[in-house]
Amino acid sequence: MKSEIIADRVKGLEGSGIRKFFDVAQQMEGAISLGVGEPDFVTPWSIREACIFSLEKGYTSYTSNWGLLELREALSDRVYKESGVYYEPEGEILITTGVSEAFDLALRAIVNPGDEIVLHEPSYVSYKPCTVFAAGTPVCVDTEIEDEFKLRAEKLKEKITEHTKAVILSYPNNPTGATLSRKDLEEIADVVNEHDLLVISDEVYGKLTYEGKHTCFSSLNGMKERTILLNGFSKAYAMTGWRLGYAAGNKEIIEAMMKIHQYIMLCAPITAQMAAMEALRTNDEMERMVSEYNRRRRLMVEGLREIGLSCFEPKGAFYTFPSIENTGLTSEEFAKRLLLEERVVVIPGSVFGACGEGFIRCAYAVSQYQIREALERMEKFLERLRI
Amino acid sequence: MKEKDRGKEEEILKILEDNARISDEEIAKMVGMEKEEVKQSISELEDRGVIKGYKAVINPDKAGIETVQALIDVKVSSERNAGYDNVAERISRFPEVKSVRLVSGEYDLSVLVEGNTMREVAYFVAEKISSLEQVRNTVTHFLLKSYKENGKIYEEEEKGKRLAVTL
Ligand SMILES: Cc1ncc(COP(=O)(O)O)c(C=O)c1O
Repeated sequence: MKSEIIADRVKGLEGSGIRKFFDVAQQMEGAISLGVGEPDFVTPWSIREACIFSLEKGYTSYTSNWGLLELREALSDRVYKESGVYYEPEGEILITTGVSEAFDLALRAIVNPGDEIVLHEPSYVSYKPCTVFAAGTPVCVDTEIEDEFKLRAEKLKEKITEHTKAVILSYPNNPTGATLSRKDLEEIADVVNEHDLLVISDEVYGKLTYEGKHTCFSSLNGMKERTILLNGFSKAYAMTGWRLGYAAGNKEIIEAMMKIHQYIMLCAPITAQMAAMEALRTNDEMERMVSEYNRRRRLMVEGLREIGLSCFEPKGAFYTFPSIENTGLTSEEFAKRLLLEERVVVIPGSVFGACGEGFIRCAYAVSQYQIREALERMEKFLERLRI
Repeated sequence: MKEKDRGKEEEILKILEDNARISDEEIAKMVGMEKEEVKQSISELEDRGVIKGYKAVINPDKAGIETVQALIDVKVSSERNAGYDNVAERISRFPEVKSVRLVSGEYDLSVLVEGNTMREVAYFVAEKISSLEQVRNTVTHFLLKSYKENGKIYEEEEKGKRLAVTL
């Protein structure tokens, strides 16, 4: 056998150190996990029921590579109603297996080796590796708590070179819960225009915005042509396991993404597509979940502050990102000791980029009861640290 | 009332409807009010009769409580001046009666009656309801099993297990 089996790109990927901690966390009996990045709600019954019905009727085949036209039409309507951008169901929308696939397709469709992709950190863990897999060069911009973890136009500008191809925008943000206002986005749009860039906008948490309304980046003046909008059903409709998302953008880019998609994926699962059509029919259940997250958000933020952690006020997604700097521990030490001593799972901020050091991510996609219990355990832990 | 306050009031009601045992302090955190304001707001809601009480939803099977319930369809000849109100109010006063609703369709009132045995319930219906002057006809349906009450499913479905860590 060849001595070098694994490709350099893959081998060079870091992050195995933390995996041991995660393995322990997965196994720990009686632990309360604030480490979960998905809703604790089960998919609403009407959606599950529609899926079961589709199976009974025998919908078990492949669909068009693009996804079911009826679903693309429903999505086109929905996006238009909510953000005022119109995407043609034929040619400007592609149904994918989650935002995850859509993100990978977007990069592979636009990146030539050596192209630079600017991304802000702390942010979702997949962006950097996927950029590397697509032979691009990730360029990170730190966002700061003093700036409410917003990507600022000036800081973006500093990172732009002649090789910059695209910017990844990820708001509402995982792990910080930060959001950008329309004005913040407009300032970014100016930079994008000036430097002739593309934007990959991951808006999977857009529906989970608790203060103000989410602004779709492509709805800004001139941005539709430059933006690959990514969204999906995982978070807003509690459908993580269904693996369904979509990309919307100009015909040329979506067509290119579709070329890759047809060879690697063929199509997204029909069962999930049938369910998604039901999901788009009404928003009632989703809105009920959003108001519940909002209550938990306040409970969690106030609770964290009461036990002595300073906590940025998240305005979207379902994460809080408190600072643990005053404990003198690194975020990884903090998470490990908290797990072993009090059996609460939190995620070290450093996982989401070097500038996430000094923070932990605590998800509030858990019941109010679990939030209370986790906070009590964390309080005990913090008291012990102070002695 | 200001629009904003009305929103907060509705939010308080939603929280209590889901869990009436939650503390004022936690409600305060969740709706962004002071604890004292929450207290005040709840006692106003009680005074105005918006909140009619706080009750546990009990699964009598699990509690080992052997009671019998029946839904009674009641056909009424309505009175000239009072419509259905008189007879409905009269039926409502019996402690055996858990709910009284005016409904559309073949029958007029739907009455939920509770007793210790089927016999007791049957007697009650015959003696206290059927015998009323305005009542023309009744049909009794004994409840055999309850699947969902007041928005709570009795036998909660099994929930899939999430991983403890997902990034
Ligand atoms: C920011 C962000 N984007 C995308 C995803 C993945 O979404 P999907 O389930 O649609 O692939 C996640 C999941 O955690 C996420 O946090």
